[in-house]
Amino acid sequence: MSKMTLELEGDTGVVVTRHFAAPPEAVFRAHFEPEFVRQWMLGPEGWTMPTCINEQRVGGKIRYEWANGEGQGFYLTGEILELDPPRRSVHVERMHLPDPTPDNRIETTFTPDGDGTLMVMRMSLPDAATRTAMLETGMEHGMEDSYVRLEGILATA
Amino acid sequence: MSAAPRLDAAFAALADPTRRAILVRLVEGEATVGELAEPFAISQPAVSRHLKVLEGAGLIERRVDGTKRPCRLAPAALTELDAYLAMLRKALETNYQRLDQLLASPTFATKQKDETT
Repeated sequence: MSKMTLELEGDTGVVVTRHFAAPPEAVFRAHFEPEFVRQWMLGPEGWTMPTCINEQRVGGKIRYEWANGEGQGFYLTGEILELDPPRRSVHVERMHLPDPTPDNRIETTFTPDGDGTLMVMRMSLPDAATRTAMLETGMEHGMEDSYVRLEGILATA
Repeated sequence: MSAAPRLDAAFAALADPTRRAILVRLVEGEATVGELAEPFAISQPAVSRHLKVLEGAGLIERRVDGTKRPCRLAPAALTELDAYLAMLRKALETNYQRLDQLLASPTFATKQKDETT
């Protein structure tokens, strides 16, 4: 069963939706409190988040740094534009690879859905080329995840 | 072309409302330039330029039929785009499954309670 959707929207948007079996208050906190963020926003197996800053206020800063324990890493910085817990947030973010990518504006809503929460994350990129680049960065990490799993399977075979 | 430049071309081609509308029309079946131009307030040469972009991105195919060159969807290109988005969904889903576990964990529930009382 796939609970998540990821769709392109217009020329420069991407919309992700996902249902969670917890109330909006809990899902919202897990998205903003560093103690929780660093436990799940990790991407492929083997990556950790040694630095996780989220000031959780309008105008506050975000900084997430990822590392794979083998000397590789990258980080993300951002600023919070709107914060209306537990319903909605708007922030901008950019990846540093190490050059910064153009700003990605992200509106996230958390709506009661049955006895859980429907999260809708709407990303707006400045232009189509930036959206392509962002999606392809995502793909590289997704593929890396697959390769790591494959290595694990091969090692036990 | 390797996968990445071809995906670049495909995403670039899709980043235009007229070209997306042309693809939607082609889901119904093969069409000529004239047929494709009809619903749009643009000239046949303009439609031809869009078709060239779509063809260059491997999203459509054209064949020769006398003086006409009807277009149709290239199924392979759309399958590749779809496979690519599926891979991205899977990468994000890995994160969200970790979040599911966090939300269900007793420590998370305890922390929530502690701070609200």
